[in-house]
Amino acid sequence: MKLLHNVIDKFEPNFEKGGKFEKLWPLFDGFKTFAMVPGHTAHSGAHIRDGIDLKRTMFTVIVALIPALIFGMWNVGYQHYLALGLAGEMSFIDNILFGAIKVLPMVVVSYGVGLAIEFAFCIYKGHQINEGYLVTGMLIPLIMPVDLPLWMLAISVVFAVVIGKEVFGGTGMNILNPALTARVFAFFAYPTYMSGDKVWINTSTREGQSVVDGYSGATALGDLATSGSTQYSAMDMFLGLIPGSVGETSVVMILIGAFILILAGIGSWQIMLSGVIGALAMGGIFNLFAEYALSPEQQAFMAVPAWQQLIMGGFAFGIVFMATDPVSAAQTAKGKIIYGFLVGFFAIMIRVFNPAYPEGIMLAILLLNVFAPLIDHYVVEGNIKRRMKRAAQLQTVNA
Amino acid sequence: MSTETIEKKKESEPLFSKKNRKLLKDPLNDDNPITVQVLGICSALAITVQLKPAVVMSLSVVFVMAAGNIIISLLRNMIPQRVRIIVMLTVIAALVILVDQVLKAYLFDVSKQLSVFIGLIITNCIIMGRFEAFAMGNGVWKSFLDGVGNAAGYGVILILVSVFREFFGTGTLWGYSLIPDSWYMANGGFYSDNGMMLLPPMALITVALIIWVQRANNRKLIEEN
Repeated sequence: MKLLHNVIDKFEPNFEKGGKFEKLWPLFDGFKTFAMVPGHTAHSGAHIRDGIDLKRTMFTVIVALIPALIFGMWNVGYQHYLALGLAGEMSFIDNILFGAIKVLPMVVVSYGVGLAIEFAFCIYKGHQINEGYLVTGMLIPLIMPVDLPLWMLAISVVFAVVIGKEVFGGTGMNILNPALTARVFAFFAYPTYMSGDKVWINTSTREGQSVVDGYSGATALGDLATSGSTQYSAMDMFLGLIPGSVGETSVVMILIGAFILILAGIGSWQIMLSGVIGALAMGGIFNLFAEYALSPEQQAFMAVPAWQQLIMGGFAFGIVFMATDPVSAAQTAKGKIIYGFLVGFFAIMIRVFNPAYPEGIMLAILLLNVFAPLIDHYVVEGNIKRRMKRAAQLQTVNA
Repeated sequence: MSTETIEKKKESEPLFSKKNRKLLKDPLNDDNPITVQVLGICSALAITVQLKPAVVMSLSVVFVMAAGNIIISLLRNMIPQRVRIIVMLTVIAALVILVDQVLKAYLFDVSKQLSVFIGLIITNCIIMGRFEAFAMGNGVWKSFLDGVGNAAGYGVILILVSVFREFFGTGTLWGYSLIPDSWYMANGGFYSDNGMMLLPPMALITVALIIWVQRANNRKLIEEN
């Protein structure tokens, strides 16, 4: 630590006003405060409510994402060897190595491109570096299919950071969750690489290998949306032994992440809980009305037990890591509950009613992101009205 | 052009005086109908998927606007205030039907692509706006310049957006393929067209990007708050 401190102190004059790299000050400041707790405090008024600042917050989220990331890597390898009929011979290390070779480049591209744009904007506008991208950069590779070409990932990241965030004024000002903006862009721009049954598992073969007969690469959700049945058991879905976007498959790992987020007080448990309730409510409604479905496939999908909807697709990942984004979610306590409930409710509705968009959670969260300020507005208005009424009552009593 | 200017010199104002040039030039940048006044967005979304229809649309609007402005300017002292909107609509409708018939006769393919949007020029807010705000109170020549200027301002944005959308959305321009076939992933290459570009939201985002660039570069448009 001492060494790091010395190095930073040595370079600092170069970046200060009048120094050689004055223009790059935001860049330097970003690294410095990332490495060490900044020595300066807010100048006016009292702002601090907690010993935690934005960088520490972001870091906690990254820690919460690590189980899903590691499992995602392993699963990429496992699914790959499963498709080739080699799963039995491969060890844990083989699986994770193969996955790492596929997933790490995605992480590197996501961070490289995203941070480059972020830094460019900081230097151009002359403000401090926002650390918002630290989490976004980790989320993006986790919600993309493993076979997505890297340049598509890069373009999605550019779109998400520039149109999703910088246009609105940078971190903390965005209306939509930037990671989901990247995914939704890729989803609509390159649909053949973002959905269907070819993209979730890497099936590249080397000499002497071949994909097993009768193999299907569809996700559990995709299967259900198109045919109404799936080959995967509920246990597989819960553990995450199914194809899907890199980090979204394992509900167990996501629950560990959720536990970390709630324990650290960073993720809102109200949103997660009400989201789950909302999804169960919609799932329950579908169960009741399954017989009125328009087609046999839809009927089968509607009849899926409500609790199973929770462990399929990206629902768990979305509700834990994306819906709780403190910037784009509702801010008020009551608003959070309404917001979470509607996210869960619409996620299941979109996924069942629209087979073209099985990933309902993505669209549901983005939709509710847009509505979050409205929800907050009415919660605040309602609060004011209630208190005014009370005040008026008190006045009449006193008079 | 120069001989004309010399002949008209006896009049109080030359044909292309500074003021008149401003009428023509302002709508191209400082007072652009789409990016500054934010009018006529609907058609900018609908027909900018490809360059060719966008160019045809722009030319149609230039014609309707210029001719309409002239007619309204000529009639401006005869139109009763109360029915002026109806008169304006009649004028636009007549011109639009004219354009529609000409397109159907000579450019049937494009006309089919544009479908109802030629007819919908009638409802283009820019045209009514210019009739109401300019032609009703100004002479014929000035109204003509104003009409051409505003329609050109509209057309420039339309063409910019459509170039962007056609190139990135389908890899072509004016129907000619610009990206070699071997680049596409289906043929073992690395490239794929961006389907998002073909969807209406991307037109809005493209217009927004143009507004962003324009506002960043044009001092006059930077608002103080």
